[in-house]
Amino acid sequence: MAAEVTAPPLREYPGAPQALAPGAMAASKPYVATDKMQQALGFPGELADDWQEKALGKMGELLGKYRSLKVYLDSCVHCGACADKCHYFIGTQDPLNMPVARQDLMRSVYRRHFTLPGKLFPKLVGARELTKDVLDQWYTYYNQCSECRRCSVFCPYGIDTAEITMAAKEIMDSVGYGQKYSNEIIGKVHRIGNNLGLPGPALADTLAGLEEDVKEETGADVRFPLDEKGAEVLLVTPSADFFAEPHVDSLIGYAKVFHAAGIRWTLSTHASEAGNFGLFIGSYEQLRKLALRIREAALDLGVRRIVVGECGHAWRVAYSMWNTLAGIGAGGTDPFAKALQGRLDARYKQPMHICELTWDLIERGALTFDRAANDHRVVTFHDSCNVARASRMGDAPGGQFEIPRAIIRAVANRYVEMPKGTTREATFCCGGGGGLLTDELLDLRVKGALPRMEALQEVVDRGGVNFMATICAICKAQFTKVLPYYGFKMGMVGGVHQLVSTAIRLGSK
Amino acid sequence: MTAATFIYALLLYAAAAVLAGGLAHRIYVYARTPAPLKIPTTPAPTTKGGVALRLLREVVLFESLFKSSLWTWACGWLFHAGLALVLVRHLRYFTEPVWGWVAWLQPFGAYAGFAMAAGLAGLGVRRMAVARVRYISTPSDHLMLALLLAIAVSGLAMKYVTHTDVVAVKAFCLGLLYLDWQPLPSGVLLYAHLALVALLMLVFPFSKLLHAPGVFFSPTRNQADDPREARHLSAWAARLEAHE
Repeated sequence: MAAEVTAPPLREYPGAPQALAPGAMAASKPYVATDKMQQALGFPGELADDWQEKALGKMGELLGKYRSLKVYLDSCVHCGACADKCHYFIGTQDPLNMPVARQDLMRSVYRRHFTLPGKLFPKLVGARELTKDVLDQWYTYYNQCSECRRCSVFCPYGIDTAEITMAAKEIMDSVGYGQKYSNEIIGKVHRIGNNLGLPGPALADTLAGLEEDVKEETGADVRFPLDEKGAEVLLVTPSADFFAEPHVDSLIGYAKVFHAAGIRWTLSTHASEAGNFGLFIGSYEQLRKLALRIREAALDLGVRRIVVGECGHAWRVAYSMWNTLAGIGAGGTDPFAKALQGRLDARYKQPMHICELTWDLIERGALTFDRAANDHRVVTFHDSCNVARASRMGDAPGGQFEIPRAIIRAVANRYVEMPKGTTREATFCCGGGGGLLTDELLDLRVKGALPRMEALQEVVDRGGVNFMATICAICKAQFTKVLPYYGFKMGMVGGVHQLVSTAIRLGSK
Repeated sequence: MTAATFIYALLLYAAAAVLAGGLAHRIYVYARTPAPLKIPTTPAPTTKGGVALRLLREVVLFESLFKSSLWTWACGWLFHAGLALVLVRHLRYFTEPVWGWVAWLQPFGAYAGFAMAAGLAGLGVRRMAVARVRYISTPSDHLMLALLLAIAVSGLAMKYVTHTDVVAVKAFCLGLLYLDWQPLPSGVLLYAHLALVALLMLVFPFSKLLHAPGVFFSPTRNQADDPREARHLSAWAARLEAHE
């Protein structure tokens, strides 16, 4: 891993444009997946002699399967609207971290091999052969994109760099040049059931321990059921919620909400992971295989509702893609979709975010809170990129911004909003999303957090904020790690349901 | 019939054929290529009507660019709006009698030529002066601006610097339309203007000018946000289910 991890200095708010630093991050790259990890997912173990031909073949295949890729590689006019919008560019100043430059790493190859001008006049249109050097550059810089889609908000054609990064990762996987962190984790889900490789008995143990802890703390018999057939709700949550800090405090919050509302719920060992790293590596097949586990668990347990815990990309996959991938949703007319949708309760959104569930209960007056219990906290909210720009909550567009904030205001008295341009659809990524939450990329992660840290500093100075709530397992893990590099306490970050957990009245105390 | 008339008639026919054929093919490819997953950039409209409005705002007002960079937006919008008016103004060369609303727009069209040139100049300055944008520019990016600017300037020069026999030009244009060729008046500016326009038409379907049809096919902009209510399944993805 990179020898030195350094945090750039916070700029005066708002930050001014910076000079370019070509090559600044050329040495940052994650470990390559071993042949075993590759083969477990059906990818070749390593680069073969004919890798170039295979990579171009895969690229041609993807151009025919994904309209996004085809249209986006054609449409960019190099206007530069996106150039200063990426948190990794802002934090590293490496020009290849400008979204347009990152796209051009693939666009140049597309032009050379798939378009007439690139075949005739490569220099004129910036076209390049797919050489080993170019492939290495792909590996370096497509592993410096967290697929957060901030650039797509500002592009006049909606070009989404995440689509191109995902295609690049799929092409690299298909020639045996995969990334260790993501591919190893996907393998663990297939083998064991979750990203952390937590087997069923260990999970049961952990949950039993949580029941005892909550009993001791509150006196209430809050249950953490596992694999209970006939439960109404299947809760699918990121496995980090089972034992990582501060994630587990939100899991306790979900359990207290179910308890207080009298909803029978269950977790599942087979579906003990909401995260779906198939998204990060751009593999439809992997996305689908992982999503099918949720379908199988729901059918097996006979639940009527499926609810998703606090996890950003998981909610993107659940909200936007589960219906497509696994028939979890509504409106399906084919037998595959109807087999599940006929058994789910049509009065509720399927799937539902835990924040939607909690907010519904609050609106119906089913939960009561002691808001003063959170008075030691001055709270701000960090919008997680996949929730903000790739999903929704509730009935109206923008519900993904309003509902978590409404919950926070219902359970805490002191709330301060971070500056405009750093929240809602313009939110900055935490710096650790998209399959980059690995130690050898720590320098990149710290630098990528810069714009969020600047915004946080602004509300710390202006409003005395000491708690940044978020609804994403990756954001929580990333901030816990990088906050200290900027002089903040790692305990400043936590979940929305951690706040709910603090304030909720359970009645039986 | 002069040699120039003959050459320009053939050139313009060829350019029009390449432009129409090339664009039609591209649009066919875009339409045929599936979008297997729901990926609208949210918050997004939840209905088809809402999506149409979003695209309209994007195409007419450049909404996303406005949020992104005011200078780029101002120059880009000035250029595109100017170009649109100038194109409308040129309809008078192809219609007899000239449509009423085209005639009404003629005086505005004259100013639009200057707006177009000013916008292009602004974009060119930005491309060279802003380090980020200079870094991502290829030679073709600069040349494309130069081509458009040369078209605008040659067009303006024909109106404000030298005299051009627009009646004869109109006869030539109508002759092209009705396959009844009429002589093209001679003039360096006119020859240059028409040759550059033909070049633009020829490169259009093979260049970044494809952003024009592309924006309508962009899944982050043209998809409705309704994945929980309706199942979205592409043909190749559905085939995976046949094996379940």
